[in-house]
Amino acid sequence: MQAATLQLHAVRIALHGRVLIGALDAGVEPGECLTLMGPSGCGKSTLLNFLAGTLDPVFDAQGSIAIGGTDVTTLPPEQRGFGILFQDDLLFPHLSVGGNLAFALPAAVRPRALRQARIEAALGDAGLIGFADRDPATLSGGQRARVALMRTLLAAPRALLLDEPFNKLDAQLRDEFRDFVFRHARDFGLPTLMVTHDAADAQAAGGRILQLEQEQ
Amino acid sequence: MHLLRHAPLLTVTAFAGPVVAGLAGTLLPAFGVLPAIGGESLSLNGWRELLRFPGFATSLQLTVMTGWLATLLAVFITFAVAAVLHQRHAVRRLANLISPLLAIPHSALAIGFAFLIAPSGWIARLVSPGLSGWTLPPDVGSVGHPSGGALVACLLLKEVPYLLLMLLGALNQVPAKAHTDAARALGYTPALAFFKIVLPQVYPQMRLPILAVLAFSLSVVDVALILGPGNPPTLAVLAVRWFGDPDVRLYFQAAAAATLLLLLVLASIAAWLLLERFAARAGRRWVMRGGRRSGVPAFATLGSGVGAALFTMAAGAMLGMGVWSFAARWRFPQSLPPSFTLSNWERQFGDLQRPALTTLWVGFAATAIALGLTLACLENETGATRLQRRDAPSASLALLYIPLLVPQVAFLFGAQVLLIRFDLDATLAAVVWSHLSFVLPYLFLSLADPWRAFDSRYARTALSLGASRARVFWRIKLPILLKPILIACGVAFAVSVGLYLPTVFAGSGRVATLTTEAVTLSAGADRRVIGTWALLQAAFPFAAFLLAAWLPRLLYARRRGLA
Repeated sequence: MQAATLQLHAVRIALHGRVLIGALDAGVEPGECLTLMGPSGCGKSTLLNFLAGTLDPVFDAQGSIAIGGTDVTTLPPEQRGFGILFQDDLLFPHLSVGGNLAFALPAAVRPRALRQARIEAALGDAGLIGFADRDPATLSGGQRARVALMRTLLAAPRALLLDEPFNKLDAQLRDEFRDFVFRHARDFGLPTLMVTHDAADAQAAGGRILQLEQEQ
Repeated sequence: MHLLRHAPLLTVTAFAGPVVAGLAGTLLPAFGVLPAIGGESLSLNGWRELLRFPGFATSLQLTVMTGWLATLLAVFITFAVAAVLHQRHAVRRLANLISPLLAIPHSALAIGFAFLIAPSGWIARLVSPGLSGWTLPPDVGSVGHPSGGALVACLLLKEVPYLLLMLLGALNQVPAKAHTDAARALGYTPALAFFKIVLPQVYPQMRLPILAVLAFSLSVVDVALILGPGNPPTLAVLAVRWFGDPDVRLYFQAAAAATLLLLLVLASIAAWLLLERFAARAGRRWVMRGGRRSGVPAFATLGSGVGAALFTMAAGAMLGMGVWSFAARWRFPQSLPPSFTLSNWERQFGDLQRPALTTLWVGFAATAIALGLTLACLENETGATRLQRRDAPSASLALLYIPLLVPQVAFLFGAQVLLIRFDLDATLAAVVWSHLSFVLPYLFLSLADPWRAFDSRYARTALSLGASRARVFWRIKLPILLKPILIACGVAFAVSVGLYLPTVFAGSGRVATLTTEAVTLSAGADRRVIGTWALLQAAFPFAAFLLAAWLPRLLYARRRGLA
């Protein structure tokens, strides 16, 4: 995973002529976390969808996104290199814990023994040694959240998007998982962009905070 | 209200009764037992005659090939279309586009399809003489080709929309969009995400519809009569032909053929379930390898292209029937009739009337009885408020599928013997009863989900306001669920209108509906005549669907939450 900078240039999103996100310029360095804060309905998720490439075509979006100097604005979501942590862990229920991780691991990682070793290492990192054959449904919320992060990281993303991923965890788990995520983002040198409405999330991220205004 | 407790038993008796009794009535003659015509003791003569029939091996092979090919292609095309479209907004419009196709009876579609692909059909006319150079219809046997190709193609026209609609419904029950987005963030294309992530989650809900398609394709009669090869025909047609023969001694080999078909369907279902296991195991390895690049999306695009072609063919088939029914004279290479007329309809009007009324009557009666039984069952299952949630019992659901999984020929003959015994054959009541076996499952399956999803807080609120359980049912539940109820009734009515074999058997060939007449005429009458019958036959269920869609809008024009 090479270090790369995430660049947003003059990003502007409007819906039916109403501007949701005014021209936004931002650069996020490897290992840095930029937090976008704002009340619900201010367009946080819309911006994240624009970055991920899953924006509904009814929105009118302009501006460009670049990772490590490569413009990804027109690429389909699967080629952009954004790893995303959603509000829900979205572990695939028909695959085992190990299967979810294997799904994320690039096919170039071969042979099978090496794949298994990578998966075991990721599980060890998440404190889940021996969990490869478990059904995701039997895991606790915190365990599932950690598997979801490992799955995202195994796909070797070039930047990380966090869509309020701590929202649904209870208070204590939340602190633990928050540290877990930010520590990994730093270790992997990933430029990270987080949207949240929770000031504690922003604080824990330890980076710059951009306040999004509610448009009238 | 405690009478409701008996509803499930009554319902099972109503739809499964004829099947079980009929199966017995077919199995016994297959082994020589049918006292009414002198079969007093067990014998294998029926089987011996069946095996000695010159076209037997060809017929068996044809049946297996067409049935499996139609099913495999239908499944593949359905998955391909879904893989390409499932993330697009067009998918909702797609459902609206294909549900009218489902309403069209199989036989009407088969007749229209024959008009399209026959040597003198519409396609040949469109390319003649300009592209093809034909000034006379070419001498090719497209309809009734010994390969059964036309039969397979026509089955696809109906089965792909059916499976697709089932799949679209199943997609709503899993977080398909969120999981696809997650897979895309991991580097997978939408089509690949569909096959690796979404499909394994919805497949369990597709299993029964697919098995129903398999059983149907192996045992279909009306479509095979119209489009399949004639000599030898498929096993199902062979059985029907012998059952209908004036020489009653042929009954034994007919019963043997029907029994063989039943065994063939059961073996095919078992084979499919086995195949499923292998596919699941191979699929899991495929998913675990983590490949992002694959030929699957291209394959899916190809498949959905075939799907689009099928849809065009179906639309062309219906349109062609309409054009023919209004054609004055239409000589071969002309692409369109030079002039249109109402005289075909005027001439047929007298003949159409009675069968049309019979069709309506039987359809209404079967639908009404099935609706009553279904509502009673569902109300018994969910209770007024569903305070204690019961899981949808999968065993009873499988039971509902029995009439759809068992070949019709395998139990209709037995049921007919039973009806003759009680002197009830050839009555409208007998026809309605035989229709119930098919109308009831479809109505139940269509209504069960919306009914179970009913927000019980409405009912609880009403109860707390002092309403009785009956009042809650009539004044709260029925009005709120009017739309799904009417849609389910539309489906049920369409099923009844399209039923061929049950009408022929229970009616002893003497109760004429639009479907039975259209199938009979398709053997050789003037296309302008067949066109009127098949078009009217298709128009009935279509009108029912329109009515079901339009009534709630009219009644609830000022209730935005319901319309």
